Amino acid sequence: MSVLVYTEINKGRVKKSSLETINYAVKIAELSGSTVTAFVNNADASQLEEIGKAGASKILSVKSDVLNNDNMLISAALEQAAKAESAKVIIFAFDIVGKAVAPRLAAKLKAGLVAGAVDYPVLNGNHLEVKKNVFSGKATATYVINSDVKVISLLPNSFPVKSGENKATVSEFAPDLSSVKSRITIKETKSNQVGGMIPLPEAETVVSAGRGMKGPENWAMVEELAKALGATTACSRPVADMHWRPHHEHVGQTGVAIRPNLYIAIGISGAIQHLAGVNGSKTIVVINNDKEAPFFKSADYGVVGDAFSIIPKLTEAVKKFKANQN
Amino acid sequence: MKILVAISNVPDTTTKIQFTDGDTKFNNAGVTFVINPYDEWYALVRALELKEANLAEKVTLIHVGLADSEATIRKGFALGADDAVRIDAESQDAFFVAEQIGNYARTNGYDLILVGKETINYNGSSVGAMIAGVLDLPFISLATKLELAGNKATVENEIDGGTQVVECELPVVISCAKGMAEQRIPNMRGIMAARSKPLQVIPASGSTALTSIKSYTLNAGRTTCKMITEDNLDELVSLLHTEAKVI
Repeated sequence: MSVLVYTEINKGRVKKSSLETINYAVKIAELSGSTVTAFVNNADASQLEEIGKAGASKILSVKSDVLNNDNMLISAALEQAAKAESAKVIIFAFDIVGKAVAPRLAAKLKAGLVAGAVDYPVLNGNHLEVKKNVFSGKATATYVINSDVKVISLLPNSFPVKSGENKATVSEFAPDLSSVKSRITIKETKSNQVGGMIPLPEAETVVSAGRGMKGPENWAMVEELAKALGATTACSRPVADMHWRPHHEHVGQTGVAIRPNLYIAIGISGAIQHLAGVNGSKTIVVINNDKEAPFFKSADYGVVGDAFSIIPKLTEAVKKFKANQN
Repeated sequence: MKILVAISNVPDTTTKIQFTDGDTKFNNAGVTFVINPYDEWYALVRALELKEANLAEKVTLIHVGLADSEATIRKGFALGADDAVRIDAESQDAFFVAEQIGNYARTNGYDLILVGKETINYNGSSVGAMIAGVLDLPFISLATKLELAGNKATVENEIDGGTQVVECELPVVISCAKGMAEQRIPNMRGIMAARSKPLQVIPASGSTALTSIKSYTLNAGRTTCKMITEDNLDELVSLLHTEAKVI
C-alpha cells in the first residue's frame, strides 16, 4: 500500500507545488502506516534527488515525450501506477494540470476527490476528513472521503516544503499507453513568463495594482517595488480589461486565485470579486488614497495616501531593509 | 452539431454566507441564486455565439438539482438556450453530478460539452474533467477561445506559465474561462420566450456520491487593519518582518 504523488518538472526544476504535495503525502503515510511513491515524467538525476529529499520513498520515473501533451494520457499512466503501487491515496497540486487530471482519474477509479485542500487530513477509520475553502474563500468545509481509494489536490502555497537527507529508490516506469487514443494536437505554445519572475500561482510575495495607477505608463514604479521585494506583479480586473497589463496578471474571481504570504494591493478598491481571489493571502497590505476603500476592512496593514508618492518611498524602505539584512 | 452546456445553480457572489443545522448545511433562506457565472458568461454565451454563427444547431442546458433551480434554468432560456434537461436529484458531490451528466450525454450524443472553469460555491473545478473521465472523452481545461470547423475544435487554453493552441477532434469536453465570451443581458423577447421552452425532467440514474460534507465554518475576516502613515514606511517594512514574518 502506498500514497501516490503526482509531481511535475517545470522549467528545469521540480515544481514547488509538487514538493508541497510530497510533504503532505508523508503526513498521510505516517497516519496510515504506508509509504510515499512519487510519479514523475522526464526528471533528471538532480531532480530525482530533490524529490527524494522532500520525503518520497520511491519514485516511478517515466521517460515520455508525449505524456504531458494530454491529460488523458497522464491520467491513464497514473491509473496504471496506482494499480502497480496499490495506492489508496493519490495526491496532486490543485494547479492547472492537477485540476485537469485529478478529477478524471478520480472518476475512473470511482475515488472520492477533495479539490483544493488547505489543511492536513484526519484519518477516521477508513475515511479521510479533509478541509477545503468553499464559497470563494468565505468559508471552510470539512469533507469526508468515503471511497476506498481517495484523491486529494492541494491548494498551492498552503503547505511547507521540507527537504532532508532522505534518498528515494528510483524505478523506471513505462506505462502502456497504446490503448489511449489522444485526439489533442498542440499547434502552438506561448509563454507569458517574464524572465526571473516567479509565476503568480507559486509566488510568495505579490505586488498588485489597480485603476488607481491611472495608466499603464505608471507601472514602472510598481515593477520597481516588486523587484525590491523579489515579488511577482499582478493587477485587478479593470486593469487587465483595459489592456494596461496582460490578462495573465489578473487576480480575482475571474482571473487567477492566489495565496501568497504577502499581498500588497495598490490603488485597488477591494470589490468582493477581487477579494475572492486573494483572501487566502497570509498578510495583506492595502495602499489607497480613499480611506473608505472597502479593501482596508480585509487588510492587515493599510496606508492611506497618494500611491505615486508612497510606492517610491516604500521601495526605498524595502531596499534599505534588504541592505541591512545582508 | 449539438452542444450541451452544464449549468450549476449558485448563490450570487455578494451573498452573505450562513450555515444551519449545526453548521452542516448551507442556509438558503433569503439567498438569490444565479447561474454559476463561469457556466453562464463563458460556456453558455460561447455556445450561443457558435449557434448564431450557424456552427451549431442546438444548445441544450443540463442541470442536476431539485425543482427550486428551475428559475435559474429559465434564465439560461432567456439568454437563448433552446431546451434543457434537469436531472431531478440533489447535487451531492462533483462525481455524482458528473456521472449524471455523463450518463445523459452518452445516451443522447453531443459533439461538444461545455462547463465553466469552476463553480463559485464549491470551487472544485472538477465536474468537467470528471464528465470527460466518465465518457472517455478528451478534456481541454481553462479554454479562453474556441472555434469550430467541421469535426474539429480549435481551442486556446491556459497552461503553466502561458497559453497554448490545440486542435481536437469532436466530441470533446471543454471548461471555459475568461476570454471565451462576454456576459450578456437577456432581452425582453428572450425572457418571454423562456417561459415556453422545453424543460425535461428526468430521474437520477444510480450513481452514488463518494464524498460528503461533515461541517462548515465561516472564515474569520481580518479584524483589525493597522494603519501606517506615509512618512512611516520603515515601520511598515519592519512590521512585515517582525510581526507578520513575511519578508
